[in-house]
Amino acid sequence: MPKDGGIGASTKRREDNRFLTGNGRYTDDINLRGQAYVHFLRSDVAHGRIKGIDTSAAEAMPGVIRIFTAADFSAAGGLPCGWQVTDRFGQPMQEPKHPILAEGKVRHVGDPICGIVAETLEQARDAAEAIEVDIEELPAVIDMAKALEDGSVKVHDDLTSNLCYDWGFVEENREAVDEAFARAAHVVSVDLVNNRLCANPMETRVAIGDYDPWNDQHTLYTTSQNPHVIRLLMGAFVLSLPEHKLRVVAPDVGGGFGSKIYHYAEEAFCTQAAKWLKRPVKWASTRSEAFLSDAHARDHISRIELALDADHNFTAIRSTTLANMGAYLSTFAPSIPTWLHGTLMAGPYKTPLVYVNVRAVFTNTVAVDAYRGAGRPEATFQLERVIDQAARELGVDPVELRRKNFIKPDQFPYQTPVALEYDSGNFDATLDKALQLSDYANIDKRVAEAASRGKLRGIGMSQYIEACGIAPSNLVGQLGARAGLYETATVRVNATGSISVLTGCHSHGQGHETSFPQIVADMIGIDASQIDLVHGDTANTPMGMGTYGSRSIAVGGSALVKATNKIIDKAKKIAAHLLEASPEDIELKDGKFSVAGTDKSVEWAAVTLAAYVPHNYPLEDLEPGLEETSFYDPNNFTFPSGCYICEVEVDPETGKVDIVNFTAADDFGVVINPMIVEGQVHGGLAQGIGQAMTENCVYDENGQLLSGSFMDYTMPRADDVPSFTVDHSQFTHCTHNPLGAKGCGEAGAIGSPPAVVNAVIDAMHRGGLTHVRHIDMPVTPSRVWAAMQN
Amino acid sequence: MYAFDFVKPSSLDEAVAALADEGAQPLSGGQTLLASMKQRLNAPEKLVSLRAIPELQGVRREGDTLVVGAATTHARVTTEAAADYPGLAALAGQIGDPAVRNLGTIGGSLANNDPSACYPAAVLGSGATVATNRRKIAADDFFAGMFTTVLEEGEIITAVHFPIPQRAAYAKFQQPASRFALTAAYVAQFADGVRVAITGASEGGVFRWSEAEAALSADFRPEAVAGLKAPAEGMIGDLHGTPEYRAHLVGVMTRRAVAAAR
Repeated sequence: MPKDGGIGASTKRREDNRFLTGNGRYTDDINLRGQAYVHFLRSDVAHGRIKGIDTSAAEAMPGVIRIFTAADFSAAGGLPCGWQVTDRFGQPMQEPKHPILAEGKVRHVGDPICGIVAETLEQARDAAEAIEVDIEELPAVIDMAKALEDGSVKVHDDLTSNLCYDWGFVEENREAVDEAFARAAHVVSVDLVNNRLCANPMETRVAIGDYDPWNDQHTLYTTSQNPHVIRLLMGAFVLSLPEHKLRVVAPDVGGGFGSKIYHYAEEAFCTQAAKWLKRPVKWASTRSEAFLSDAHARDHISRIELALDADHNFTAIRSTTLANMGAYLSTFAPSIPTWLHGTLMAGPYKTPLVYVNVRAVFTNTVAVDAYRGAGRPEATFQLERVIDQAARELGVDPVELRRKNFIKPDQFPYQTPVALEYDSGNFDATLDKALQLSDYANIDKRVAEAASRGKLRGIGMSQYIEACGIAPSNLVGQLGARAGLYETATVRVNATGSISVLTGCHSHGQGHETSFPQIVADMIGIDASQIDLVHGDTANTPMGMGTYGSRSIAVGGSALVKATNKIIDKAKKIAAHLLEASPEDIELKDGKFSVAGTDKSVEWAAVTLAAYVPHNYPLEDLEPGLEETSFYDPNNFTFPSGCYICEVEVDPETGKVDIVNFTAADDFGVVINPMIVEGQVHGGLAQGIGQAMTENCVYDENGQLLSGSFMDYTMPRADDVPSFTVDHSQFTHCTHNPLGAKGCGEAGAIGSPPAVVNAVIDAMHRGGLTHVRHIDMPVTPSRVWAAMQN
Repeated sequence: MYAFDFVKPSSLDEAVAALADEGAQPLSGGQTLLASMKQRLNAPEKLVSLRAIPELQGVRREGDTLVVGAATTHARVTTEAAADYPGLAALAGQIGDPAVRNLGTIGGSLANNDPSACYPAAVLGSGATVATNRRKIAADDFFAGMFTTVLEEGEIITAVHFPIPQRAAYAKFQQPASRFALTAAYVAQFADGVRVAITGASEGGVFRWSEAEAALSADFRPEAVAGLKAPAEGMIGDLHGTPEYRAHLVGVMTRRAVAAAR
């Protein structure tokens, strides 16, 4: 083990020194010489036809440089969608244009109409108020079911309907699943809503466009989780800029949770306007704008049905969902309710038949896309709710019903009926661990004690499996992805032995600057302080696909292992030359190369110096220098799994739910930095509990966002969550990547919502309120109270 | 935020004179006004800060009355009223978060009369008197509906005179996002009877629940109001609670306030 931590060490996060002292350098901290400011005039109606835009008075106002409308961007492409879903009839999804500025129609409150560039932000905002936009308001389409009715108003006039796609998976199993339900001894179903959310990272989005006319070089500084993806999408599809003329920089980024994956209109606007105006152009979202322009999340209405035989074996699952796309297709939106959702509908269970139908719908609301978990929380919520309901209706223990249907440890690799092949897992082990840590066996005593205080206490569990570490490029290509999903690493060893690791991943809270060096330190045996991570700038990192889907360690870390192995192989050859031995006899341990079976050795730094000062060097056989790059394309997803147990107390007078205990027993495979992993679980749990208990993004029937500020959108706060019990001791190795790591970023948000709701329903039943079958998320006091009354 | 002029007078007379200008508005803690200005929903031409006027500051006892200067922050009331009027101090300590409590003032809260604010419940529930630069206004006459009071142009609240009850308490059920009162009850027992004020619930703003007052004046125990139900009609319905839920909470919070009163 290296001095300051290799793989498995809870090294303190080095990046926190700057974050916690206010010395992070975020996009909004960047101010360029001559910078102008853009303010976007956004639609205040959900749906309308633009009859005219009069900017003449505004253009004459102090400080106004230029006002842009859609007409200025007629040569630009629309914002591209990165995933094409094919429907169950073999046809491609309906794919509307997503213009940079609204063309002809506005389609949601917040749709940008004009970009006003001025010397100061206040001048731009003043000018916006002087612009006269003549909009003929049209009826808004908000409700998904109504949007699909014949004769509904269409969000996009050039599409045949508001249906984006009608997807069936596995379509060939549709009839077999129906037959299994017809034969079933028991059928249980739950109708449920997966509530719409706003990601709300602490840092709102910011973009700065800059243009150097002497070198014809564009630079975009932006709050992104994946600068290379933005360069590719914006360069190739929107502004027709080749990669070598476009640099995208994502410096410190204050949280993303998925909402900063996508290419947004403001990025393209600032990049292009900077060229036209020959000045840097900056945009910084207000929190109010973020609610109206950041991609929203979830928003599914589902029916989940479970068929069981007389022995309570699961025989089939049928899931039917309406998924809200919003007004436009955000970058990865179509993939979320399909390939990231339907493929998880087998869960950790050996159900032989599964059929998932998803109809994706356009509405006059902000676009919906991935958010921590992305599709997998929706699948897990359906499964774990219907299984709990089945246990209740059949009068059996929900723990044992799950255990009976688990895929068992000796059945891996396990081919599910929904395309995935799980490589490893041990669901009984995480279940047992969670039962033990939560003192599940003694719940009755605690229920009785709570009852003596007038509280209804209940316990609920959730057993999840998810697919992350995305993804095998050839597979996702077949499924409609328009990008590869490999990851890259360059290991640049400097002459004196220090190392710069360059990655295509991006750290915006994940602690990569600490954990990535731990991998290299462990492999070479030098101090991690000798290693730095470079990320976030397309100018100095190899092309990678960024950070989302819990992929960075599993995919980016694996690329780093590959590159480091190349370094070690070459360094051994240099060491062999210096030690006058054969490379096969060289061993590397604790940063020292030695000849096996002898006391001859040479230090790491002496070898690296020889590589760059090659006076005594096998120049005829080996190039000087020590720098290697690897691209790693995984050959499968990774499959974290685990068991979450939530214990609640409900105040029967007010309906208020308090989470009194929460236990998370996860199988993340090999863990690089346990402290960081625990922090990731805490964050995921807080967001999952937020979805379950507090957060709700709500539109009225006219398409006005009712939850458009923190006065009404309830972010979970510290006092909404308990002190978590987190364990990751029950791990199985990922069998197909060199680290054995599975990923941990999203698990908390995936596994926790059903555990919370199951616990609340359990509390109702234990309290004698047996009529309460389901309560939709968020389980707010008023909803719980209302459910108790009926 | 639009451009505006800013003055910070050091006497009440100077403040009154400054407020006579067209487009002038008083600024106290600014916890509502500044946020609305940042959203360009409010555009005063001049802000007259009331924070540097000594006679508007502080908490002092005058016989059976506790006098709170209008520009006294919630944080000061939390600590300085604790010995003389613990029910009031506890209410002030539940407003917002520490940042809000260190800037927000009682006068600002009352003049704004947000239907979900905490202070109006204490003022109405205590039967306090609102003193201004022109007159003294009984709490029963002061509040005139959601975001409305009887204050006139140029009239500045200078202090609030709280008769100190035998016992009192505030029971607040928080709106989960804003943490204003979704519904809250302030109950105060005096020698001549009990007052019950409800905030957060009604479309008309803070109100006295007279049925509960009568029941508690006869028998100051939670059980005395257990059978009472506030009507849902006229209650606020929004994302966080239906009118029926708020009406239900009126009863729950009143009982809890009675149980907590000391």
